Amino acid sequence: MIFENFLFGVYPYIAGVVFIVGSWIRFDREQYTWKADSSQILGNKGMVLASNLFHVGIIGIFFGHAAGMLLPHSWWQIIATDVQHQYIAIYAGMVFGGMAAIGAALLFYRRISNERVKAVSRFRDNFVILWLLLTALLGLNTIFGSLHHAESGDVSTMLVLAEYVKSIATLSVDPTLLAGVSYTYKLHMLFGMTLFLVFPFTRLVHVWSVPLTYLMRPYQIVRRKRIKTHL
Amino acid sequence: MSQFLDRLKYFSRIKSTFSEGHGIVTEEDRAWEDTYRNRWRHDKVVRSTHGVNCTGSCSWQIFVKNGLVSYEMQQTDYPRTREDLPNHEPRGCQRGASFSWYLYSPHRIKYPLVRGRLLDLYRAEKASGKDPVEAWEAIQADKAKRDSYVGVRGLGGFVRSTWDEVVEMTAAANVYTIKKYGPDRIYGFSPIPAMSMISYAAGSRYLSMIGAGVGSFYDWYCDLPPASPQTWGEQTDVPESADWYNSKYIIICGANLPMTRTPDAHFMTESRYNGTKIISMAPDYAEYVKFADLWMPVKQGTDAAVFMAMGHVALKEFHVDKQDPYFTEYARSFTDFPMQVILEEVNGKLVTGRFLRASDFDKNMGEDNNPEWKTVVFDSKSNSFVVPNGSIGFRWGEEGKWNILEQAAGNDIEAELSCIDSKDSVVDVTFPHFNPEEGDSLVRKIPTRKLKLANGDEVMVTSVCDLQIAQYGIDRGLGDNLASSYDDETTPYTPAWAAKITGVPAADIERTGREFADNASKTRGKSMVILGAAINHWYHNDMNYRGIMNLLHMCGCVGQSGGGWAHYVGQEKLRPQAGWAPIAFGLDWNRPPRHMASTTYWYFHTDQWRYERVEADDLLASTAKAKYRGNQLADYNVAAQRMGWTPSIPQFDQNPLELAKEAEAAGATDEAAVSDYVANKLKSGDLNFAYEDIDAEENFPRNLFVWRANLIGSSSKGHEYFLKHLLGAQNGVLSEGTEGEACKEVKWHEKAPVGKLDLMVDINFRLNSTGAYSDIVLPTATWYEKADLNTTDMHPFIHPLGKAVDPAWEAKSDWQIFKTIAKKFSELSEKHLGVQKDVVSLPMQHDTPLAMAQPFGEVKDWKKGECDLIPGKTAPIFKVVERDFPSTYAKYIALGPLMKKLGNNIKGIDWNTDHEIDEIAVLNGTIKEEGVSKGMPSLAEDIHVCDAVMRMAPETNGEVAHKSWTAQSKKTGVDHSHLYKGRQDEKITYRDIVSQPRKIITAPTWSGIESEEVSYNACYTNLHEHIPLRTLTGRAQFYQDHEWMLDFGEGFCAYKPAIDLKTLNNVPDAVKNKPHLVLNWITPHSKWGIHSTYQDNLRMLTLFRGGPYFWISEEDAQSVGLEDNDWVEAVNDNGATTARVVVSQRVPNGMAMMYHAQEKTVNVIGSPTTGKRGGILNAVTRTVPKPTHMIGGYAQLSYSFNYYGPVGSNRDEYVIVHKIEDQDVDWLERPLTPEREAQKNPPGINN
Repeated sequence: MIFENFLFGVYPYIAGVVFIVGSWIRFDREQYTWKADSSQILGNKGMVLASNLFHVGIIGIFFGHAAGMLLPHSWWQIIATDVQHQYIAIYAGMVFGGMAAIGAALLFYRRISNERVKAVSRFRDNFVILWLLLTALLGLNTIFGSLHHAESGDVSTMLVLAEYVKSIATLSVDPTLLAGVSYTYKLHMLFGMTLFLVFPFTRLVHVWSVPLTYLMRPYQIVRRKRIKTHL
Repeated sequence: MSQFLDRLKYFSRIKSTFSEGHGIVTEEDRAWEDTYRNRWRHDKVVRSTHGVNCTGSCSWQIFVKNGLVSYEMQQTDYPRTREDLPNHEPRGCQRGASFSWYLYSPHRIKYPLVRGRLLDLYRAEKASGKDPVEAWEAIQADKAKRDSYVGVRGLGGFVRSTWDEVVEMTAAANVYTIKKYGPDRIYGFSPIPAMSMISYAAGSRYLSMIGAGVGSFYDWYCDLPPASPQTWGEQTDVPESADWYNSKYIIICGANLPMTRTPDAHFMTESRYNGTKIISMAPDYAEYVKFADLWMPVKQGTDAAVFMAMGHVALKEFHVDKQDPYFTEYARSFTDFPMQVILEEVNGKLVTGRFLRASDFDKNMGEDNNPEWKTVVFDSKSNSFVVPNGSIGFRWGEEGKWNILEQAAGNDIEAELSCIDSKDSVVDVTFPHFNPEEGDSLVRKIPTRKLKLANGDEVMVTSVCDLQIAQYGIDRGLGDNLASSYDDETTPYTPAWAAKITGVPAADIERTGREFADNASKTRGKSMVILGAAINHWYHNDMNYRGIMNLLHMCGCVGQSGGGWAHYVGQEKLRPQAGWAPIAFGLDWNRPPRHMASTTYWYFHTDQWRYERVEADDLLASTAKAKYRGNQLADYNVAAQRMGWTPSIPQFDQNPLELAKEAEAAGATDEAAVSDYVANKLKSGDLNFAYEDIDAEENFPRNLFVWRANLIGSSSKGHEYFLKHLLGAQNGVLSEGTEGEACKEVKWHEKAPVGKLDLMVDINFRLNSTGAYSDIVLPTATWYEKADLNTTDMHPFIHPLGKAVDPAWEAKSDWQIFKTIAKKFSELSEKHLGVQKDVVSLPMQHDTPLAMAQPFGEVKDWKKGECDLIPGKTAPIFKVVERDFPSTYAKYIALGPLMKKLGNNIKGIDWNTDHEIDEIAVLNGTIKEEGVSKGMPSLAEDIHVCDAVMRMAPETNGEVAHKSWTAQSKKTGVDHSHLYKGRQDEKITYRDIVSQPRKIITAPTWSGIESEEVSYNACYTNLHEHIPLRTLTGRAQFYQDHEWMLDFGEGFCAYKPAIDLKTLNNVPDAVKNKPHLVLNWITPHSKWGIHSTYQDNLRMLTLFRGGPYFWISEEDAQSVGLEDNDWVEAVNDNGATTARVVVSQRVPNGMAMMYHAQEKTVNVIGSPTTGKRGGILNAVTRTVPKPTHMIGGYAQLSYSFNYYGPVGSNRDEYVIVHKIEDQDVDWLERPLTPEREAQKNPPGINN
């Protein structure tokens, strides 16, 4: 139990701190590594499918999780019953999770089979895509349980999980909430948390830099020269 | 401060806006920009350039950062040109800019390497108590031991060793070879000294000091145009590229300016802006075609026909129909047009014989000094035959009359060009002809004068002009009904005739010929022909070249700024040559050095002569006296050596040290007596020239040094023969080689020798195909790691190679490497060699009185009893040189005493150089070590050598210019001092040129001038200062009267088609029965390589195909189902090469083009036919020497290093090209098994 308390009571914060502080340090110190490390120039074959499946899928999953877990339960109750909520989560998860998993599988295969891509791949590149793939598969694996819950009208697990995530977010983590939750969910959660842990050490940092402001930038930007006072 | 915190200031990011909000001002961090700034930031900049082969001689900035060379960039600080001329900059091409890659590349040789098996043997022998020389001897004496390392040359197996160990092995091998076989069994090969002259001098100095042979390269590369020595007595002298701008009409053929003269090509573009018309003649759509106003796509190798047809037009319209005043004046004074030729009867026909001489007249016409060497003209002022100044007879033995002022015996004359208006008779003269199906001779009517010679003979004489007009087929109404019009296809040398042969429309030839001459007439000679490799690499290159020279001489172009003959291939200009040669060949300690003509050397030592299928008899003219009929090409060469014409290394079938000892023992105390002893021994037959039995063991080359060169990977014409006979390696020769048995002068050995070399040392900074076949590879400094000198003929500046960084890893500069070898050699020779005398045999040299050894060009062979053996007259001269072997190192590092004792000289001009030697002692310091050189000026460091060279040379020391020009004036009787006066006080040092390239000072070494009025152009001083050309007549010669020139039908220029090399006999049926092409094998310079060599560079390889390739035409490819980038094999009896095929519209049908020096070490697959690794461009060629290039002892046709000798032509070759299917691609990546090691030849080849 102590171990589980650690995994679900301490580990999320370790992952979270590494995620935030690590990203910060890297952003400050290693500007030239802050990039997506795209290998598309070395081989574009199948990338239209693989890359788009993966990216659309993963973005959908990201916002799905955020919306499902972090929005207050009362907000959800305005638009849907709990069972409907559960079905939305299941189908959205199936669609986006499926896309992400297929895309990740294709990308992982490409990374180990395309000679040119293979030649430039570092351990962390192989690791992160494999990890994403496994996390997505584990996520899909929870659908069977969720479907059973939905069919039997028992949404308690979903609510418990949402409450647990909120407890992390509000810095009042309560691992005991997970006492009755199946290991399939827990495994998925651990993999997911680990993603945050490795995030700053991988190409995933490019997620921070989605160039949304580019859409609204003015035509010309003058970057003023700062006068150096130290020489 | 923090990238992240900065981002948090999102809402205050915008400091202000402008342009109605379309622009914003921010204070975002800009530190990232420093990364790009740092990319180009550096610690220092050093001036250097690129050292071998490329004659660009461009000044480069080498940028050094953190102790490493980071990149290079063009320097743009050349001194100004004169006001109306474009600047030189920028110089330097993309390929030069790629060089820094090599410094830290995987090819870089970091440590001394040695063949592992050899090292094991050597260590084992030494461990048994032997000293290094004994250890080497023990290895060589044991055939199994020797074979074990010789047989794996080219198959890898190098191990890292130390400098001490490999230098000891090298020195031991040298000592052993000298002791056992003689110093002339050691040979060194390195090309193009001008591009890094100190590096060249390092090896040649060491080798010359120990008595080894140093091989020529210019002739071997076939870049030497023998037509230049033949016509002008000049190796090669050409206009600087800036002079293109001064031209008004340029024909370019065979020199791909934008590709091979990239830094100079801008002058061509600028010249077009200046209104110059440009004609290009290239068979393919070459880069230079783009400059042209007219492209005349000429069939490869037939250029002579086009130029002679243009000459036909120029002669007819400007010399016959009317006499252009400028052309006439020029022809009279500057060419041999007015010289009189005796007509003689050969085989019942009247043919052109020798030039008329003063000695043919009563009392030698008052010319008792060298009357046989003074030619004669008819003076229309005095209406008599006179002996004009300037022929070679005036050059030696008297002073003040060696000039080409129109004077004879002190009177002004006007030499008559043609006797057509005052002829005694018209006679039929037979000229040889070589175009198949047109008969083997042309009969022409010639106006002549009758003359009774002093010996009583009645002869008919006529001028070269009259003969030349007739030979060109121009009808003068003498009744022989020659060309009725330019459309006459049947008379050789008309435009219509040439069109038939060359594929160029007759109208283009006619118009271009007329415009070329008309422009020259109007501008006093500003018509130019730029020419190069593509027309020079043919067996009959002299005809292509002389066809052009004839046109230029008819039009008064040679010697005029903006006009003349611009030969750009392998040509180089070692500007401070007079200062360099003494150091390079050790002339400050011993004279003479042993020089060798490399074509002869390799032809014999790689046993290519054994495979000779070209019959010399087939090359003889119908008009030949043909005393040598029935001899083979090799026989001609041996005869030429024996008669003292061309050099012979090794000299005799005896160790020259033993020979000297023997002579001394027989009582010969001085040089004359030794010479007599050698002559008698030769006559008795106890001593023989080595080449008479070249396959005998004692005549093998034993040690070979290759530095600054890629002998095996590029210039080994007959590559597979090198591998087989010289190196004893795996080879692809597809022929048994039995043809040589027909030789009369060379002893036949049933079994051909294999693996002649005991040791091959490659000194290099990259492991290329040459290193792969060597036994020892020494790491040398790159072009950015040493101090050296560099000059070119493309611009008038001298500039340095600079040491941007120390030589990386264990590399040393070439000067220091040979210094190290010399030191070890000296130590080892204490015990084994000591001080000995050496007999050096020397052919009759150009620019010495020995060039007048054999009058009238008659061939007399002492061995055949046609004359007595007189050294220096009918045979080589024999000199005695003392070799103080243990002092080699002491001598190497100091400037020796002979410079003060004998002075310095160049081109037959001598001067005292005491003062300069004293200055060098102050500049460099003197040697402090005990020994023979104590107290002498130091040459220990690279920069010492640079400064010594520059101080002794007239080009870089105004005082020496003064001394040498004064000596020249004495010979010519003309005051030349105005040429250097303004710069007499100047002295250029190494530090000067490091700060900026310096323009050199006008020197008598060269035939052009450096001035404010004109750009440098060849023969300028000959024309404007009246200095004779260094030929028999002292003029540019249309006509050659040597017996062998006449025998081979080259008295006058004639069109000769490519020769048939008969090399497709042994190609296996497996190839012949499948779809294939038979293509002419054309080998141009590389587009993606630093000049012709450095293409194994990642940056170059990335630009095109990344491995070997050759080009063929689209139609040819289609006809046998080849597609672009297919693997193909080109094969003939010489061997096979494998490559990717480039299918391109650029190439005409019938030829394959393979660029130079695509390394065998980079992506080359096995050849399905030979079973060995595919070769290089030269794997399918074999060199074939030409007898006319072996002539010596006859005025301009005399030997000098890189000046005259057989050339290694290679473009007459044909190959069979066929596809290698993908499943048959074999990379030969298998372990070396004993079976594989034993199978050295291709399947079915036994010898």
